[in-house]
Amino acid sequence: MQGQLVIMESDPDNIINEVTQSDYKYGFVTDIETEYAPIGLSEDTVRYISLKKNEPEFMLEYRLKAFRHWLTMKLPEWAHLEIPPIDFRDIYFYAAPKKKKQYESLDQVDPELLATFDKLGISLEEQKKLAGVAVDAVIDSVSVKTTFSETLSKYGIIFCSMSEAIQNHPDLVKQYLGSVVPYTDNYYASLNSAVFSDGSFCYIPKGVRCPVELSTYFRINAANTGQFERTLIVADEGAYVSYMEGCTAPQRDENQLHAAVVEIVAMKDASVKYSTVQNWYPGDKSGKGGIYNFVTKRGICKGSNSKISWTQVETGSAITWKYPSCILLGDNSVGEFYSVAVTNNYQQADTGTKMIHLGKNTKSTIISKGISAGKSNNSYRGLVRISKNASNSRNYSQCDSLLLGSACGAHTWPYIQVENKSSIVEHEATTSKISEDQLFYCQQRGMNAESAIGLIVNGYAKEVLKQLPMEFAVEAQKLLSISLEGSVG
Amino acid sequence: MLLSIKNLHASINGKEILKGITLDVNQGEVHAIMGPNGTGKSTLASVIAGREVFDVTAGEVIYKGKNLLKLAVEERAREGIFLGFQYPVEIPGVSITNFMRTAVNEIRKYKGLDPLGGGAFLKLMEEKKKLVELTSNLANRSVNEGFSGGEKKKNEIFQMAMLEPTLAILDETDSGLDIDALRVVANGVNKLRTKDNAFMVITHYQRLLDYIVPDFVHVLFEGRIVKSGTKELALELEEKGYDWIRKEQEGKGIAG
Ligand SMILES: Nc1ncnc2c1ncn2[C@@H]1O[C@H](COP(=O)(O)OP(=O)(O)OP(=O)(O)O)[C@@H](O)[C@H]1O
Ligand SMILES: [Mg+2]
Repeated sequence: MQGQLVIMESDPDNIINEVTQSDYKYGFVTDIETEYAPIGLSEDTVRYISLKKNEPEFMLEYRLKAFRHWLTMKLPEWAHLEIPPIDFRDIYFYAAPKKKKQYESLDQVDPELLATFDKLGISLEEQKKLAGVAVDAVIDSVSVKTTFSETLSKYGIIFCSMSEAIQNHPDLVKQYLGSVVPYTDNYYASLNSAVFSDGSFCYIPKGVRCPVELSTYFRINAANTGQFERTLIVADEGAYVSYMEGCTAPQRDENQLHAAVVEIVAMKDASVKYSTVQNWYPGDKSGKGGIYNFVTKRGICKGSNSKISWTQVETGSAITWKYPSCILLGDNSVGEFYSVAVTNNYQQADTGTKMIHLGKNTKSTIISKGISAGKSNNSYRGLVRISKNASNSRNYSQCDSLLLGSACGAHTWPYIQVENKSSIVEHEATTSKISEDQLFYCQQRGMNAESAIGLIVNGYAKEVLKQLPMEFAVEAQKLLSISLEGSVG
Repeated sequence: MLLSIKNLHASINGKEILKGITLDVNQGEVHAIMGPNGTGKSTLASVIAGREVFDVTAGEVIYKGKNLLKLAVEERAREGIFLGFQYPVEIPGVSITNFMRTAVNEIRKYKGLDPLGGGAFLKLMEEKKKLVELTSNLANRSVNEGFSGGEKKKNEIFQMAMLEPTLAILDETDSGLDIDALRVVANGVNKLRTKDNAFMVITHYQRLLDYIVPDFVHVLFEGRIVKSGTKELALELEEKGYDWIRKEQEGKGIAG
């Protein structure tokens, strides 16, 4: 019996080791027919992708410019990560399910796919009934199914795959794509700009409050497929939208590269809430396999009184490199970043945010909770820059690290630049361990060590979890416990 | 017999704290344990609950006919042992509701019962809150976080009421309580007393024993139970302090 094993360990670290050695619970592979681009990367690959997707000329131009720029760039090395060399010649840059049909109803959808969603507990079947959530399901690189778009179109809201947006709303795409994350931004963003396959597009017109949570579930499916998602969200003046992104991936032996780009534009008085629960395959207990997650997420508060709020719960991936950021251009604009990052076994996470204050009276809040277990490394890296013109601006940052065991690491790298005297930046950081007293207290009430740790960790992350939309919060809480617990039989 | 402790020795970092405790507790009994500071009262409670920092170096503890020392902390709890902590810890961000629900359902699972649903659980909470006169807002707060000393102790009694233990060890639950709270806590204990369960009440004050009338009073002194009696012993201690016990022990030492 599990409990007996636990008591025999006199060292609390050992208890923690034991309960943190769980296997990934969502490891399975869906057998959907896939069509690949030729392996490796060249200008031909880029042309192939653009051609396959029947894109207008401006897109091909954009992709080629990005590709040529990417060729001149070097792999970034500054993050606190150990990244095994990636052979870009060995990656499929494009994989689309062969059956590229438009589905009228769920019966037309590949039953394999539906089964996958069932395993994830997010069947479209359910989702459809569960009014309030529109799902743009992305399997590998092409959108397979969009629901609720009719309802949304009543409000003039556009919520579709990026490919559809390029076909049907080229002007919007042309205007905003790359406007927040230019193709020159960084190595992975350039790569993404050149070869992105698909993703989500969302436009909320002036004065419209999106009545439902928009939600996309991403999955990486084909072996060895680099996944390059591209997401663009534009909230016009006075608009509001809450967007949820969540993902799990099947268990794989080889590392899979994922380099997404997410851009958010908030015009005057607009507000965008972007929530992520990320649970990609982190690799096994010995550190083998797992997803490389190199994401560029950035929003711009373009107009005055606009607001962008990022909330993320990061439990998956072998390596995470991710800094959802806000450019606070409009006066009185607000940026928020709430993050929980869990690393276990050999996972490495380097995550944080950048808050760039350009407008007057701009405000930003950063709450980061890192949780490290096993032999993992968890870093917070944050930049707060308050420019000369951003008078009377404020930032509050709180970066807490929780260590489970003594073989893991937590690092905090706050960079603060304040260029005017009327602004205030506050930074607080703490590092703590789950105390033996807390564990004993919980166990004395009948909980095993796993539930106790799950409970304590969820409590620790509460400030962030409470920012998530309800349906996501429940999932996230389970995920936090699952990613730290051993499976109890 | 519910609990039988024989010649229990326990130490921490090589330092012996319990030096041969022998104590029997039957169902339906209340035992008061008294004694000067630092003599091992809390240590005894911790060892019974299974705290791993203490090494049991000799002796045995039989509970419900089982070798208690072989059970994990949570198994002891699920078998009905409850420890009301002298210093309850704070668990930030975890509401008492969530905390208790996890505990109650894990114990139910152990007993082969279905988990309590949200509604049934909240009903149970309301019932028990009333029993121990817990003000309703306390239950929505994080476990012990920012609680006053008295609130923490009341919360322990509330948890005891929720878990309905067979053997409840209350470690100085009366310390830090005002007169009214003391009565509330004592009433709670009295309401929970049945012929099937038992209490070990660790206290420094005879006052508590006016409310919770013990069947036996034991004096723990330097790791041993040196005197046992009925409730009158508590009155005697209140009156005379521990000096005479110390002298008696020293006398024994010389004689021995
Ligand atoms: N974790 C520990 N490390 C070292 N010594 C300890 C530890 N816990 C208890 N002790 C020691 O064991 C002895 C007995 O402590 P214990 O807490 O059991 O006393 P007590 O009888 O409950 O006292 P009080 O009436 O003050 O609560 C003390 O000398 C104490 O310092
Ligand atoms: Mg004590």
